[in-house]
Amino acid sequence: MEREFFLLLSGVATVSALLVIVARNPVHSALALVACLVQIAALYVLLGAPFLAVIQIFVYVGAVMVLFLFVIMMLDVRKESQRRYLKHALLPGVVVLVILSGELIVLLTQSTKLHAAMGPGQTITTQPSVEALSLLLFQDFLLPFEVASVILLVALIGAVVLARSEADVTPVRSRKDHGEVRR
Amino acid sequence: MENVLSLVPVLIKMAIVVGVLLLLPLPLTWLERKIAAHIQQRPGPMRVGWHGLLQPLADAIKLLTKEDHIPAEADRMLFSIAPVVALVPPFLVFVAIPIGDPIQMFGTEIALSISDLNVGLLFILAVSGIGVFGTILAGWASNSKYAVLGSLRSIAQMISYEIPMGFSVIGVVMLAGSMQLSQIVSSQQGLWNVVVQPIGFFVFFVSGLAEAQRIPFDLPEAEGDLGAGYHTEYSGIRFSLFMLAEYLVVVVLAFLNVLLFFGGWLGGPAFLPATIWLLLKVGFFIWVFMWLRFTFPRYRYDQLMAIGWKLLLPLSLLNILVSGFVML
Amino acid sequence: MTDVTVINEVTTDTGLSREVLMNLGPQHPSTHGVLRLLLQMDGEIIERVEPHIGLLHRGTEKLFESFTYTQIFPLTDRLDYLCPPSNNLGYALAVEALLGIKAPERAQYIRVIMAELSRISGHLLITGALPMDVGAMTSLLYTMRDREMVMDLMEMISGVRMHTSFCRVGGVREDLPEGCAARILEFCDIFAARISDYETLLENNRIFLARVENIGTITGEDAIALGLSGPNLRASGVDWDIRRDEPYEIYDQLEFEVITRDDGDCYDRWKCRVDEMRESLRMIRQCVRQMPEGDILIDDPKIAFPVDKDLLAHSMETHIHHFELAAYGFKVPKGEVYTAIEAPKGELGYYLISDGSEKPFRLKVRAPSFVNLQALTERTTNIKYLADVIAMLGSLDPVMGEVDK
Repeated sequence: MEREFFLLLSGVATVSALLVIVARNPVHSALALVACLVQIAALYVLLGAPFLAVIQIFVYVGAVMVLFLFVIMMLDVRKESQRRYLKHALLPGVVVLVILSGELIVLLTQSTKLHAAMGPGQTITTQPSVEALSLLLFQDFLLPFEVASVILLVALIGAVVLARSEADVTPVRSRKDHGEVRR
Repeated sequence: MENVLSLVPVLIKMAIVVGVLLLLPLPLTWLERKIAAHIQQRPGPMRVGWHGLLQPLADAIKLLTKEDHIPAEADRMLFSIAPVVALVPPFLVFVAIPIGDPIQMFGTEIALSISDLNVGLLFILAVSGIGVFGTILAGWASNSKYAVLGSLRSIAQMISYEIPMGFSVIGVVMLAGSMQLSQIVSSQQGLWNVVVQPIGFFVFFVSGLAEAQRIPFDLPEAEGDLGAGYHTEYSGIRFSLFMLAEYLVVVVLAFLNVLLFFGGWLGGPAFLPATIWLLLKVGFFIWVFMWLRFTFPRYRYDQLMAIGWKLLLPLSLLNILVSGFVML
Repeated sequence: MTDVTVINEVTTDTGLSREVLMNLGPQHPSTHGVLRLLLQMDGEIIERVEPHIGLLHRGTEKLFESFTYTQIFPLTDRLDYLCPPSNNLGYALAVEALLGIKAPERAQYIRVIMAELSRISGHLLITGALPMDVGAMTSLLYTMRDREMVMDLMEMISGVRMHTSFCRVGGVREDLPEGCAARILEFCDIFAARISDYETLLENNRIFLARVENIGTITGEDAIALGLSGPNLRASGVDWDIRRDEPYEIYDQLEFEVITRDDGDCYDRWKCRVDEMRESLRMIRQCVRQMPEGDILIDDPKIAFPVDKDLLAHSMETHIHHFELAAYGFKVPKGEVYTAIEAPKGELGYYLISDGSEKPFRLKVRAPSFVNLQALTERTTNIKYLADVIAMLGSLDPVMGEVDK
């Protein structure tokens, strides 16, 4: 049962991930990404981590992707989809592709050796995952957690400042041309 | 084989839930029209059936037989799937909603929910957050400015109000010590949460209204300024799917209000089965939502944002703080 | 739904178009008829509002020129179709001024009663429609229910609910039917209580106030400069009412307050109308009480049909006059005149030029809604968001029949 479900979910996830890069229309790409993330959330459920799955949906699907779409909707998609952002990208693309596939092949074939090198892993208790997670976050890794949140806060303020100054620079439409219809 | 057998009760429960939910909007539309009518001092639908009882059927037939129109410049695929995307989350939410304590039947214990997840509350919040995708897609795919404005409003609104909504239930979770809905209900054995968490209830109720896009927060479909907002270009069956989703979200909200703050199925008179008592409370909340709809004007966009970020969010944070101090 | 045309798209170098041109109307729930607004918007923020009118243009002013003076009455009905009796009244006054006649006193009272009833009917619509534009649907159904009472009275008096055409040059068509005075007083009593209902429903509603208070503020000076009139002017604090300041008909014999407010925002314009309905009730009550017995039509066979219909059977002369009047109409001496009345929407003026024939040479209507609509484009008002435009439009209360003529 579990294996069939895994195959189904991972299959759909792979296909939708492929669609993300294949689709011409950015909105379609974003939606494919949503589908992919939902499949991954389902995989988490299969792995016995429902909390993680729900958080995945909450944060990635419910918030991040919505913001993605929010921005994409503002674009003139027809024009944008025709535009090439990176010119002469073919060669670097191929290089990156070769490196990535090399890495993947090494990982897939050599994973048992790597596992052995890592030594015996800790047994992770998955059962009360919420409690375990919060204990980890708020007890063992409190400092990194707080630092991360402060960094995010700084990024947030930075974004606000950037958006602000941009708005100030844009010229205010003068009152004079009010009333005339330009066609 | 045993695996498959264990699936049977789940499948039966799912079939029941889906069936009920699909049919529920029929009486609800009738109810809404009647409530509207009586608030507005008129009789409402009276012609089709006794006191217009068959009116929803007539409406349904009308909607199903209408031309399903897709604008020429629309993104046809997304335009078609948007109503379905809008409809799925409210159904999914019911996976985690229990309607009573487990009962004994056929010699086994049967839980009155499809799956009483231990992260049930979080699951519900997360899934109802997905509901915004239907709106986004509908607005964007229609290729109409009214629809896009409607869905932009909707996105901003959903994101802003999800936060206070999520924070407002933290107090409840702290009291119950669990995110499992059945445990949250049983933690209200002595005292309903609305008494202990009045601020939490207020924030949850208001942001719930905003999440469901009901008046006074129905800006995404404000007929006063946007025609019909994100579903301006929809007609026929697809339009009715949006209506369906809208009603189901109201039902979900009513359920959540009752389960989280009004003791769920607890506290009813002895002669009444607990589930019926729960449904009565849910019905009351649905009525309250409709009552509000026909009483209030709607806020303006910036006022809506101000309420979300400047009033509800600080209130919900304060609520968490106070609850924490009291519990310590 | 309305199509949205891109006429002008301002694009920045990032490829993002900052401003959107949006078409609001002519098919739109809150444009009160067939007004088309072209909005230039930066997101939700309005940069420019431009009303496009003319979608209800019927050439009424040109039509006037090919109808006899009596036949024009039904055309005036269709100007501000919410309150035809005041349109009739203004037109009748213009013709009477050229003819140099005055309607009998009882007729004047009847005209004023109907004009004030129609003021109530016109104000009732906007009392309900402005809240509905900002989302409170119920208020419109309340006011419509009460407007029905006015309609019933109109029907009782004239036989018609909307386009009454009850005025005649030199009087009114018929006397009030039996029992009508009692019905009118009964309506006054019922309706006085209903006005308070609207106020309790909306005045203390924070959401309603948030949507209309300090929105679309017009200062008194601006209001005068724009040529606003009626409640829209008085809401900006300008104390001007033709009924009091240049009284016509029997308004100088009535006691009433001219309602003014200070802020000139959407709320004030709404509230001004609500209070004016109270004053109208007061006037109607006085009229019904003070109304003398007597003729309802001027006794001039050249201008008006005989009141005593029996004469038609006995007097040859009356018969001839009746035929002439019905077949050709009456002649109006050469001249020009401008008369204005305080119609529900503001100063309704008729500029009449007669060349001495049975038909006007030119009849220009100074329609209050047409002038009031200008305030929508006025950038001194603080409209900022799309939803404010709707509130502003609702509070200005334009009737497109009058704007487009």
